[in-house]
Amino acid sequence: MSELNEKLNEKEKIQLIFGDKRLDGRKFDELRNIKIEAGILKRADGSCYLEMGKNIVVAAVYGPREVHPRHLQDPSKAVIRYRYNMAPFSVEERKRPGPDRRSVEISKVSREALEAVIMKELFPRSGIDIFVEVLQADAGSRTACLNAASVALVDAGVPMKGMITSIAVAKADGVMVLDPMKEEDNYGEADIPFAFLIRGRKIESIALLQMDGRVTKDELKEAFRLAKKGAMEIYKLQKEAIMKKYVSESVENG
Amino acid sequence: MRQIVLPGDLIATNPKVAGFGTYVENGKVYSKILGLLDKTETSVRVIPLKGRYIPSIGDVVVGIVREVSGNGWSVDIYSPYQAFLPLSENPEVKPNKKPNDILDIGDAIIAKVLNIDPKMKVTLTMKDKVCRPIRFGRIVFINPARVPRVIGKKGSMIKLLKSELGIQIIVGQNGLIWISGDRRKVSIGEEAIYVIEEEAHTDGLTDRVTEFIKRRKSDVGIE
Repeated sequence: MSELNEKLNEKEKIQLIFGDKRLDGRKFDELRNIKIEAGILKRADGSCYLEMGKNIVVAAVYGPREVHPRHLQDPSKAVIRYRYNMAPFSVEERKRPGPDRRSVEISKVSREALEAVIMKELFPRSGIDIFVEVLQADAGSRTACLNAASVALVDAGVPMKGMITSIAVAKADGVMVLDPMKEEDNYGEADIPFAFLIRGRKIESIALLQMDGRVTKDELKEAFRLAKKGAMEIYKLQKEAIMKKYVSESVENG
Repeated sequence: MRQIVLPGDLIATNPKVAGFGTYVENGKVYSKILGLLDKTETSVRVIPLKGRYIPSIGDVVVGIVREVSGNGWSVDIYSPYQAFLPLSENPEVKPNKKPNDILDIGDAIIAKVLNIDPKMKVTLTMKDKVCRPIRFGRIVFINPARVPRVIGKKGSMIKLLKSELGIQIIVGQNGLIWISGDRRKVSIGEEAIYVIEEEAHTDGLTDRVTEFIKRRKSDVGIE
């Protein structure tokens, strides 16, 4: 027991907030650097490469296509399969390859977030497969994956109600901070990933909301405000990435 | 140039004008796919830039036979749904011939979509004069969203290719195009189709394709 207390004390020793700046010099409502590129995989119907701070993820979308095994088919709508997978080299300590409890859960909640926007009923008996590989992880990889998957789905020409944009908010040293990096996630008090459905340049609804740790009602409201602001910034970048691919296609050819 | 729209972009406020590639919710029209906006006073639609082929009745398609059974053939038409060609819809069927003597696995065919039931079971027919088994020529695969451009306005582009090169072309709505004729001319035709696919939504495409064919013809040395 004393050992555990010692560990807890050690945890609290790390200072995350310095005045109005964070450990890496960002402001409380500042995102990490984001780089998005659409259509990077030739064999996939839609794909996306995304960097969000030190996170690096690649998403690929296949379909709508036939579903195998057959018994998974749904005669009234398309089935959506989402696979979140971390590469063994994506974290400091080698991760054992293959699905684990955590990645199965993330795949499930992310799939449910995307199911809310994809117009499944247009493709009965078919399936849409989404694969997202985490090549490098640094907190908030599920949000990075959802952002990448959303761009890849648009790139694949899948009909959707809108775009999914995802962002996390953490509580570090008692302050709500946007888009936490690893230290804030590990040593902070709470971590709240959000995913929003954006339609007509407005945030329409929440597609995913998780929380670990504890926050007060007011803190949650503050988290929500920060997340909305961050999501709109990411949405702009997602849009730019897709535009860039398709505009350059027509510009370079005259 | 037309504006590119993404899923969820608000494109009109009058639900009566909603056309292809759009959906209506709460009296507002949104885009549901990535595409080019085509907006007039009476209609608004989104021309897709990407996406799989979704069969519709009456489409001419090029397909590959994947399975032969006692009552017909399963045909891959490069869409989310496998199509079926029943024996009764193939005029080559004779009582003394076995199905795999007429069409075998791997054979390519040009067929027409006869029917699609609500479960998206696609039935094909070959009882039409454009339908035939493909025994020679070449099949080119392009993005099915670009097929209307290869055909052109009222078939202008396809007429251009045929008359400039003197080759036979049949465009499947699913993005598979069958070309047959002189081998060198077929090669030029194939290249021209790739040019159309690449530059699908740019202005003056017909002129550029004409020029491209002329240039390639002089390169190869045919008039």
